[in-house]
Amino acid sequence: MNTAPKFVYRTLIATTPKKLWAALTDPEFTTQYWGGTRLESDWTEGSRIVFRWQGKIVHDDKILKSEPPRLLSYTFKPLHMEELLAEPASRVTFEIEEFTGKSKRQGAVVKLTVTHEDFPAESKIFPMISQGWPDILSSLKTLLETGHAIEFEW
Amino acid sequence: MVNGKASDMNLDQFKPKTIYVTYIAATPDKVWQALTTADITKQFFFGRRIEIELQPGGAFRFWQPDGKLDVEGKVVVCDPPRKLAVTWRVMWIEEMRKLPECLVTYQIDDLGKVVRLTMTEAHQIELDEKMLEGGRRGWPVILNNLKTLLETGSPLPAFDFMGEAKPALDEMKEAARKFTEDA
Repeated sequence: MNTAPKFVYRTLIATTPKKLWAALTDPEFTTQYWGGTRLESDWTEGSRIVFRWQGKIVHDDKILKSEPPRLLSYTFKPLHMEELLAEPASRVTFEIEEFTGKSKRQGAVVKLTVTHEDFPAESKIFPMISQGWPDILSSLKTLLETGHAIEFEW
Repeated sequence: MVNGKASDMNLDQFKPKTIYVTYIAATPDKVWQALTTADITKQFFFGRRIEIELQPGGAFRFWQPDGKLDVEGKVVVCDPPRKLAVTWRVMWIEEMRKLPECLVTYQIDDLGKVVRLTMTEAHQIELDEKMLEGGRRGWPVILNNLKTLLETGSPLPAFDFMGEAKPALDEMKEAARKFTEDA
């Protein structure tokens, strides 16, 4: 039996693939819905991707796949918690699919599937990302649909 | 008694198989009302209208827009506006009707300006992963639609979900047919 955990989250957003791609890759935009985290990269395969939080580098990862505006994948290794440093990097993939509306008055719906995998069997990071992605992606959806991110109070 | 749970039901036999969490900028009362009011469910739940007697043991059904029975069950936990659990038997797909019912629970947590809504689909039997795929595709559509409706006043633009989900639904029906034959 395969015990390595895998996290899959699907969300549907009233937006376009281009706007969603921009939301995932524009550091000013990520700051708004990702708990203040800036994601910095040139978003080409093999490039570095840096997560910066309150000025500190909290991730220093690598872009594995980049096919704008459909597919983005990078390594994922938090650097800001001592107890997690021993765990190898996992991998997160964003897939963007567009569905056109049934009627003419309506715009498009974009389905974003986030798959986070390659965790060790007893991963300490897996439970954290399982809680974290719904929070980040709910806020992303609200920001794209209403212009305001969710104000979390914790 | 309005609050609490039906005493004749052992909930431990149901194991969670699909969990979906979403955060909604709304009050717990608004989320509860949306989940339990027919004129609101029809806007976000694939056009289905809910019929629910809000007390443990109460009847629960979803009706399709053309009047066909969609889902049938009973209220197990009713604790407004925090927790609602219902037994759930899929009636609109013939192959699914004979399966043991599952348990669907909505947990609504008030976090101040936002509500955390957790939907848990739990099963009392071991099922082929294929039989869970309908829910794993459907719940995100339903709950994202609910979130958009409550936050913007309108649901998401309608799209051809059934077309998109058809291969998975066909596999699910086939797995359900096999399960019923083997039983």
